[in-house]
Amino acid sequence: MTSIENIGKYFLMIAEMFRKPTKWSVMKNLIFKDINDLIIGSLGIVAFISFFVGGVITIQTALNISNPLIPKYLVGFATRQSVILEFAPTFTSIIMAGKVGSFITSSIGTMRVTEQIDALEVMGINSLNYLVFPKTVALMFYPFAIAIGMFLGVLGGMAACVFGGYTTLEDYILGIQTDFEGFHMTYSFIKTFVFAFVLATIPSFHGYYMKGGALEVGKASTTAFVWTSVVIILLNYILTDLLLG
Amino acid sequence: MIVVENLHKSFGDVHVLKGISTTFDKGMTNLIIGASGSGKTVFIKCLLGLFQYDEGTISYDGKVFSELSRNERRNLRSEIGMVFQGGALFDSMTILENVMFPLQMFTKMSNSEMEDRADFVLKRVNLPDAHYKMPSEASGGMQKRVAIARGIVNNPKYLFCDEPNSGLDPNTAIVIDNLIQEITDEYQMVTVINSHDMNSVMEIGEKIVFLKNGNKEWEGSKDTIFQTNNDAVTDFVYSSELFKKVRKMYLDENGN
Repeated sequence: MTSIENIGKYFLMIAEMFRKPTKWSVMKNLIFKDINDLIIGSLGIVAFISFFVGGVITIQTALNISNPLIPKYLVGFATRQSVILEFAPTFTSIIMAGKVGSFITSSIGTMRVTEQIDALEVMGINSLNYLVFPKTVALMFYPFAIAIGMFLGVLGGMAACVFGGYTTLEDYILGIQTDFEGFHMTYSFIKTFVFAFVLATIPSFHGYYMKGGALEVGKASTTAFVWTSVVIILLNYILTDLLLG
Repeated sequence: MIVVENLHKSFGDVHVLKGISTTFDKGMTNLIIGASGSGKTVFIKCLLGLFQYDEGTISYDGKVFSELSRNERRNLRSEIGMVFQGGALFDSMTILENVMFPLQMFTKMSNSEMEDRADFVLKRVNLPDAHYKMPSEASGGMQKRVAIARGIVNNPKYLFCDEPNSGLDPNTAIVIDNLIQEITDEYQMVTVINSHDMNSVMEIGEKIVFLKNGNKEWEGSKDTIFQTNNDAVTDFVYSSELFKKVRKMYLDENGN
């Protein structure tokens, strides 16, 4: 019953977020601040993880191709497909649910605990629009981070190939160009936009409606991470079935 | 003027406010007092519209709050200043930015005009040099003053204060009380203060509403509270030996 109530409350929150917008001169600064905190601030970890995971995918694929009849360029092909279709959009989003999601929940939750949200409401400000909308807009730039992740994932694979001696640079480049379908990029970015919305709104929901003190802020962050991850994985399945199935 | 009539509020089976009726006048410091759990905070949150009440009416200068549209409520709230118990300052902003915040949201002032106005109110609350400090760098008393400055920067018609001197030393508490009273008189606001500090009651209680178990048990002023024979009030207000002696001296002096 509580879960159904929460789902309803979540959609009401989203509707309320678009009502009575904050003045643009103020909102603009909030959006820039959130782009800096949520996107620019996450580029380092996205780049680091993407580069090394790309390398690991390449090594594992190369080591599992023992049949001499399978062409070596398939290492590059497999790395590209894994990185573009799944790793960059989905698994980076799970990691971001931990980093960005817990940041959003704890910052909004702390504002709830210290009555800063009440202060906004008493002033006649739509606190959901003021707090959640700029984060949602900022995370619409998340696909740029994912695009960088895709590039670095493939680059990491190439570095592993060349420096680890698993295949030649020519084979790897041939592999990443083989049977390239533009729609796979479209599919990947559609997923990324949906995940970005989830990353902004579910942690905000858990922070905004939390009750209690500092301990509950921590608990809300954990709950937000779990639910954001669950929803991302479920949506990943649904979108994949709809778009590629 | 704020008029409250027959206000009821329950949380599940717990009936917290049981038909409270009172008025809060302009230019006066109105105190709501009562023991912990008496319903003071729920009452003030109902007045602010943070809690939806079950029955009764609250009207602000003739405008009945429950009959207002969502936008009208938000417009009314822009005429309200609030000093929260913990200050509720935005911790990502400097003190100057905190005070300028209501102006940024509700006026078309230029940046320099907003800074001038914020500077004026910060000086009014005796904080001329704290503009660029973060709230975490300010003491409790300073945070309360900043909250008062933010509350009055937009020239509100109504000022609400939730235990404005809790956690402050007696001297600072009196300074804050006097500041609120001076500002109320100067700006002719309706000021409603939620307190259980007896010094505040004696110092600035131009009107006092005493709540007990969700009922309005007594209503009067700092002068009439000495003369009341209401046991619930005297037990609460004169619970310490010091206040008992003060009351006895007052009654002896006034021939009662």
